[in-house]
Amino acid sequence: MMPPDARPRLAPKVRVRLDRQTDRHMLLYPEKGMQLNATAAAIVQLCTGEHTVDEIITLLAEKYAPQPRATIEREVQSFLGALADRALLRTEP
Amino acid sequence: MNAAPEGGVRSAMYRPYTLVAELTYLCPLRCAYCSNPLDYARHASTLDTTTWIEVLRAAETLGVVQLNLTGGEPLLRKDLEALVAEAERLALYTNLITSGIPLSRERLRELRDLGLDNVQLSIQDVTAAAADRIAGRRTFQRKLHVARWVKELGLPLTLNIVLHRENLDHLEEMIALAVELDADRLELANTQYLGWALLNREHLLPTREQLARARALAAAARERLKGRMELLFVTPDYYVETPKACMDGWGRRFIVVSPDGLVLPCHLAHTLPGLTFESVRDRPLGEIWRDSSGLQAFRGEEWMSEPCRSCDRRAVDFGGCRCQAYHLTGRLTVTDPACSLSADHGLIEAARAAVPAVPADPPPALTYRSARLSAPRS
Repeated sequence: MMPPDARPRLAPKVRVRLDRQTDRHMLLYPEKGMQLNATAAAIVQLCTGEHTVDEIITLLAEKYAPQPRATIEREVQSFLGALADRALLRTEP
Repeated sequence: MNAAPEGGVRSAMYRPYTLVAELTYLCPLRCAYCSNPLDYARHASTLDTTTWIEVLRAAETLGVVQLNLTGGEPLLRKDLEALVAEAERLALYTNLITSGIPLSRERLRELRDLGLDNVQLSIQDVTAAAADRIAGRRTFQRKLHVARWVKELGLPLTLNIVLHRENLDHLEEMIALAVELDADRLELANTQYLGWALLNREHLLPTREQLARARALAAAARERLKGRMELLFVTPDYYVETPKACMDGWGRRFIVVSPDGLVLPCHLAHTLPGLTFESVRDRPLGEIWRDSSGLQAFRGEEWMSEPCRSCDRRAVDFGGCRCQAYHLTGRLTVTDPACSLSADHGLIEAARAAVPAVPADPPPALTYRSARLSAPRS
């Protein structure tokens, strides 16, 4: 679980680009890539080091209303955890 | 993809993701396991800058998002800057795969400013004596400087260390060095026994015990470093019993363009007899990718023989490595001998059985990569 006050930021080795073939965003890093669905892309775009995890959840809960906040929180935490495990995220203090 | 009535239809579903641009076969190092073809010196006519830029554009149109600039040593190209700049315009993720020789801090900064995304630096071992023995050149100390520049300039660093009998017992020190250098990713890749490495196989193939120890250390370090450093350990297929999905399958996700412009499914496919590969000098990359006979040769499953043809893993490993199959058996369409189900698996077992339990003393003479051996004067 990432602490609610952590400010996640994509690691320097990660780039985000729009995939012209699928019109979806993708994460690129050495030798690999990850296709992002709409929610994942929205999360990634908020990983700038400015927003706390809590703020990201709030912003997405507004965007995806009326989905319950708890559902959004689960999705955000699970996706951020997966990125952190792959060393694709840094967290600012 | 097995129900493919004709070539055009069959290849229409293959989107390449990665372009491996082999900018030159020249290299200041002489590594005894070099993955360039033995006859590299016969492919000396290299593409010019304009043609490479066209190749980058055409590859991006096909769906490529990753660019590996490699060789030989890509730093030997004076137009590397122009290619990195074009790749940046195309939003390709650009990875420089390099020995770090010859490089200045100023040039590295310039490449960074032009949009280089990652530097993958090769290191041969953890001491100068051992590393320089394998590289055939005194380069180890210089490489450590380059690694530090990469990080100082804020570029992500991948360290790549090719593993073999002489360095596999130094795995813990390798991991410590990667941590000290603050590498973002550490690739510990066992030697693939093709090309120059196959010439030296009797000296480089490790013992099963060495490999088991190294694999356990790597697994423990991966957990320990999780979230900080990505750690990849590639087991040699001589010890796995199932073949690897070489290049994720023939002509599926990777386009390799050789220094002289041949469009290949892997970096050694042009060493296979009877296949025709076309050059970007003669036809646009997109057309070659779609229908050149060399790229079509082992797409899909029709070419397979038993035991691959009826195997549950045929869509997982695609029959293994075609180059390994040919260079070990002399036949192109047989199952990769690395597979325990292959009729030729005895070749792998014999190579393993020939590995001495204790290292030779003094160390054996290695056959180094050289232009003289590559293109002997008749």
